[in-house]
Amino acid sequence: MIRTRLVAQRLAFLFLLGCVFFNYPLLSIFNQGGSLFGMPPLYAWLMGSWLVLIALLALVIEGMHD
Amino acid sequence: MLQVWVIVLASFLYLGVLFGIAWYADHRADHGRSLIANPVVYALSLGVYCTTWTFYGSVGRAAANGIGFLPIYLGPTLLFALAGFILYRMIRVAKANRITSIADFVASRYGKSQLLGGLVTVIAVVGVIPYIALQLKAVSNSFTILSSYPEIVMPASAGAVPLFQDSALYVAMILAAFTILFGTRHLDATERHEGMVAAIAVESIVKLVAFLAVGAFVVWGLHGGVADVFARAAEVPEVARRLTRADTSAAYGSWGTLIFLSLFASLLLPRQFQIAVVENVDVKHLNRAVWMFPLYLFLINLFVLPVALAGLLHFPAGTVDADTFVLTLPMAHQQEGLALFVFIGGLSAATGMVIVETIALSTMVCNDLVMPLLLRMRWLGLAEKADLSGLLLEIRRWAIAIILGLGYLYFRVAGEAYALVSIGLISFAAVAQFAPVVIGGLFWKGGTRDGALAGLAIGFVLWAYTLLLPSFAKSGWLPEGFIAHGLFGIELLRPQHLFGLTGLDEITHCLVWSLLANLGAYIGVSLVRVPNAREARQASLFIGGTDLSGHLAWSGSAGVADLLPLAGRFLGRERAEDAFMRHARSRGLNSVEELPGDARLVNFAENLLAGAIGSASARAMVSSVVSEEPLGLDEVMNILDEASQVRAYSRELEQKSLELTRATAELRQANERLRELDRMKDDFISTVTHELRTPLTSIRAFSEMLHEDPKTDLEQRSKFLGIIVSETVRLSRLINQILDLAKLESGRAEWTVNAVDVDEVIHEAADSLTALFAEKRVTLDLSGLDKGLTVMADRDRLMQVMVNLLSNALKFVPPDSGMVRVGADGSAQEVRVSVTDNGPGIHAADHEVIFDKFRQGSGGTDVLTDKPQGTGLGLPISRQIIEYFNGRLWVESVPGAGACFLFTLPRQAGDNGKKF
Repeated sequence: MIRTRLVAQRLAFLFLLGCVFFNYPLLSIFNQGGSLFGMPPLYAWLMGSWLVLIALLALVIEGMHD
Repeated sequence: MLQVWVIVLASFLYLGVLFGIAWYADHRADHGRSLIANPVVYALSLGVYCTTWTFYGSVGRAAANGIGFLPIYLGPTLLFALAGFILYRMIRVAKANRITSIADFVASRYGKSQLLGGLVTVIAVVGVIPYIALQLKAVSNSFTILSSYPEIVMPASAGAVPLFQDSALYVAMILAAFTILFGTRHLDATERHEGMVAAIAVESIVKLVAFLAVGAFVVWGLHGGVADVFARAAEVPEVARRLTRADTSAAYGSWGTLIFLSLFASLLLPRQFQIAVVENVDVKHLNRAVWMFPLYLFLINLFVLPVALAGLLHFPAGTVDADTFVLTLPMAHQQEGLALFVFIGGLSAATGMVIVETIALSTMVCNDLVMPLLLRMRWLGLAEKADLSGLLLEIRRWAIAIILGLGYLYFRVAGEAYALVSIGLISFAAVAQFAPVVIGGLFWKGGTRDGALAGLAIGFVLWAYTLLLPSFAKSGWLPEGFIAHGLFGIELLRPQHLFGLTGLDEITHCLVWSLLANLGAYIGVSLVRVPNAREARQASLFIGGTDLSGHLAWSGSAGVADLLPLAGRFLGRERAEDAFMRHARSRGLNSVEELPGDARLVNFAENLLAGAIGSASARAMVSSVVSEEPLGLDEVMNILDEASQVRAYSRELEQKSLELTRATAELRQANERLRELDRMKDDFISTVTHELRTPLTSIRAFSEMLHEDPKTDLEQRSKFLGIIVSETVRLSRLINQILDLAKLESGRAEWTVNAVDVDEVIHEAADSLTALFAEKRVTLDLSGLDKGLTVMADRDRLMQVMVNLLSNALKFVPPDSGMVRVGADGSAQEVRVSVTDNGPGIHAADHEVIFDKFRQGSGGTDVLTDKPQGTGLGLPISRQIIEYFNGRLWVESVPGAGACFLFTLPRQAGDNGKKF
């Protein structure tokens, strides 16, 4: 599956990126009242960064044949 | 509209459709057109991760503490980012070793230990039972609530309902029956269930669509969009509390713990292992799943928080269980159709989980727990039984029923004390105990069976003590004091504050203690000794990824006669024979009997059996028929270390050179044949030239006569010209016939069979040779010909035979006094033609030789007479032609008294069976 070491390394990087996105201390920045795009900041951040991470995963995987 | 019978009917219809899909997919798979060999189906089937926990429980969790439901789905996302390092390797290893379950995986990794397989099975069963109870609780609650429509009534606690009025009992029974139908119809050597996977993929779509429908209804139907929901929630202080999290290190700690926990659970839960690893058709499908499965999780969580907030805003606090908001919100707004659809969605989530989980568990119970025990009980005589495949299926069916029964029991005993998610987390923490031995087993070669046993055992005990037993205590089945004051009243042993550790939630507390002890024992005990031979071999198989099978697995041998019946007992005769046949073909053999009883065959048989009864049992069974000298540690270490790698290469080289020698011998043979053919071709050309010369000579003779004597009278002249023309025609015919000979040789000759007048053919042949006879002044006597003899033959070929025989005779008779007599007579069956000459005759020894093709062309041995003339091609061709028409051509001769060539032809051609 993972043809090249490069793709595996990119995915591993995304894993680490996700760990950072989804954990303290980044979370504490958004853990407050108010609203971001009409949503609570924490919710907006988690769903948004999650979607970005998925998009990056797709980009790395689907682009690996090029 | 929502009477009980409608709900029940809709449920059964839905299950029926699922069953139909499964049946169709199995049917397609049997015909080699797999429905599930598709990355999207694979990604969807992974959605079995989302159970009623997700479908109902997430909203409940969100209503209790806001975004806290989310880590359970972020963990799997992170796992799939690591797919290349972990899942990919697991799938490759599992495929190569025919791993059928997580228990099999662990047992196989640490030297195919039956004890270890059994322990993993026990942990998995005990650990997953609360999770199954969760599904029963969710389905039965949702059924109770939906059937009391239009009122919204919370179900009474399970313990209060008499056993036989408890809908959860019937749900459990129906699910058991359904699972048994689904998963144990036949025994598969690889333990794969195509139909089940197809149905699970469909269920994933149904539950996703159902949840999105509720979400869309709540957000846009009841409110003015997502922003509106959040704005309203922010206005109510009691609800607004859920929009942020407690900003303490403990809260962030338990958040991170849940991500970590769900990461492992999505890999190690028996059903996840089953779908992701065992049922994987092609490891490439993992690619697509890396982003598609997280996307699925994202979508199904999109509306969780808005729905939870809307539920809190809508229902007065404490009146409606938040775990049921998904169902009660549409009901409260009279959306009957949507409510029913939600119920079906929840049913999808539950059935998907229960089916895959119990099938996976039943395989483990059967292969790693019951079969090893039964096979050990020698007095049962199982090892000698002819066919055990029926027994295997029977064990699995009972296992499914018992596991669901235990799930129901847990639901009755402890189900009420917890919300859905909390029950599920107990199971997650149990399977997380597999993480050190599985992940460690993939990366660290030093792990031993003892280390794995110690780690798993202590982790399991601590899990049970800190999480499972308190769940019983909270339900009143154990004294309350157990939680508050610890075992025997010892404060340090308080299960949720073990050794005085406080400040953690119960899940994190359990994981900290159990995983620390687990990992410590696994590594510590493993380091007590070096891995033994078998462990080292399995380690290199799992980690190195090199295929050492065949070289190492068995040093001993056993024949097909022992192994085939053994496999047949567990797989059924036909399946076993099929598998052995395929193996034989893959080795270039035509039948099973030809298989040599070598290590490769033994290894193949063990792998095959492993698919049906697990690797540990398979090893035990195979060793009962194999006469092996167990591999010594030194032997294995030798092969594993670098020096022996080189030796393995040299052995490979040796094999290659052996193959080369064989190929060389074959080439030499082919070369010799080619040379022989080449020589024959030269001979052929030289003899062919002779055949061409005969008519050419005739043409030349007549042409010269015409040329030298202009005064030849007209009649004579036109006769000569006629002969020249017919000879020319015959010459071109002859050339065609030479080409024909090539065809004749290759069997591609064409024959035109008609009724042929023998007398006429003989005269025509004689006429064409008149000039030659005249030139040599040889008498040609045609008086012995009977009239009106016809045979079924090819006229040109017959003519060719006559010309051959006449010119042959002409060659050997003396000039002037030479005499050639042709006779023909016939009986009812056949016609007989003879050509007699008064030449030198032929030695009896040569009577057959002269008909041999090319024999004379060699020129070295003058077999015919002491006067070599001729070619030797004419006679063989003639004989071939005569024999084609089922006739005979032979010679009668005494040296010094001339020769007589005779042939017979049947009047009817008959079937010209003889082909050239």
